[in-house]
Amino acid sequence: MSEAVMTDTGDVLPGGAKGIVADFAADKQAFAVPWGKAMMWFFLLSDTFIFGCFLTSYMTVRMSARDAWPVPSEVFALSFGGEPIPLILIAIMTFILISSSGTMAMAVNMGYRGERNKAFWLMMATAAFGVMFVSMQAFEWTKLIVDDGVRLWSNPMGAAQFGATFFMITGFHGLHVSAGVIFLIVIGRRVKSGFYDRTRGNYEMVEITGLYWHFVDLVWVFIFAFFYLW
Amino acid sequence: MAQESGQQHPISIYFWIWGLLFVLSFFSYMVDYLDFQGALRRSLILLFMFLKAGFIVGIFMHMAWERLALKVAILVPPVALMVLILLMTYEADYTFLTRIDFFGEVAPAPIHQ
Repeated sequence: MSEAVMTDTGDVLPGGAKGIVADFAADKQAFAVPWGKAMMWFFLLSDTFIFGCFLTSYMTVRMSARDAWPVPSEVFALSFGGEPIPLILIAIMTFILISSSGTMAMAVNMGYRGERNKAFWLMMATAAFGVMFVSMQAFEWTKLIVDDGVRLWSNPMGAAQFGATFFMITGFHGLHVSAGVIFLIVIGRRVKSGFYDRTRGNYEMVEITGLYWHFVDLVWVFIFAFFYLW
Repeated sequence: MAQESGQQHPISIYFWIWGLLFVLSFFSYMVDYLDFQGALRRSLILLFMFLKAGFIVGIFMHMAWERLALKVAILVPPVALMVLILLMTYEADYTFLTRIDFFGEVAPAPIHQ
C-alpha cells in the first residue's frame, strides 16, 4: 500500500505519515508519480467538484419542489411488447459502462506488459462500449423529449425542475463519455503505431487515459444512485 | 519496496473486481425492481454506491497502491462537498416551507399516463 519506495535517482522515500511530510517537503516534486498522472488526478478532482455541485443542486431543487417529483422507476420504464420493465434501459447502460471499465483496466495491464496489439484492441472495445452508451442515452433523451414532452422548464409528470436537472446532469456526463471515446481513439492509435515504444518506452499514457475513463464510470455510479434509484 | 512507476498487478484481481461490480450493480438494480421503500431503500442504494465507488477508485484507478501524499491530496478535498450538501439541505428545507406558506399545501400529483 503506501510503504517506502525507491525513485529513479535512487533516493528512498519513507512510507506512511512520514511519507506525506517527506513528499510535500520535497525539493523537486511532491508526488512520486509521472507528472501526467498527477495532472490527470487534479483534473479529475476539479471534475468531481463540478459533478458534486450538479448533484447537490439537483438535491436542493428536488427537496424544495412543491409539486410531486416524477417517479424515475416509471419514467424510465421500457416495454418490450409486454408489461413495462422498470428502469431497464438504465440498468443495461450501467452494465455497458461497467463492461467498458473492465476492458479499460485490461488495456492498462496489457500496455504495461508491452502487448501493444492487445492493449489497442481492448481500448477500441472500450470506445465501442462508450459509443453504445451514448447511443442509448440519445434514445432515452428522444423518448423523454418527443414521447413524454419533458422540457427544461416543464414536464407533464410533476415538478418542473425535473427536466432541467435531468438534461443538465446526464448531458454533461454524456459529453464526458463522448470526449472519452475520442481520447481513447487518439491514444489507441498511438499505442498501435508503436509511438510509446519509440519515445519514452512506457505505457503510462494508457493508464492516464484509463483514469479518465474509470472516472466517467464512477460519476455514473453516483448519477445512477441519486437520480435514477433515489 | 514497491515500484515507483508502472502499476503492474495480476490480471486475476481485475477480473475479481469486474465481477464484483457486476454483482453490486445487479443488487442496486434489484433495490428498484423489488420496490424497496423508505430507509431500507436509501441505505441499500448508498451502501452499493459507496462499495462500487471504492472498488473503482481503489483497484481500477490504482489509488490503493499510490503513496499517501497523493491519496490525501485527491481524497480529502471532496469532503468539502459534504459541507455544501449539509448547507443546501437547510436551504432547501427553508425554501420548501416558504413555498408551502405562500402557495398552500402540496399539489396533488398529476395522473401519469
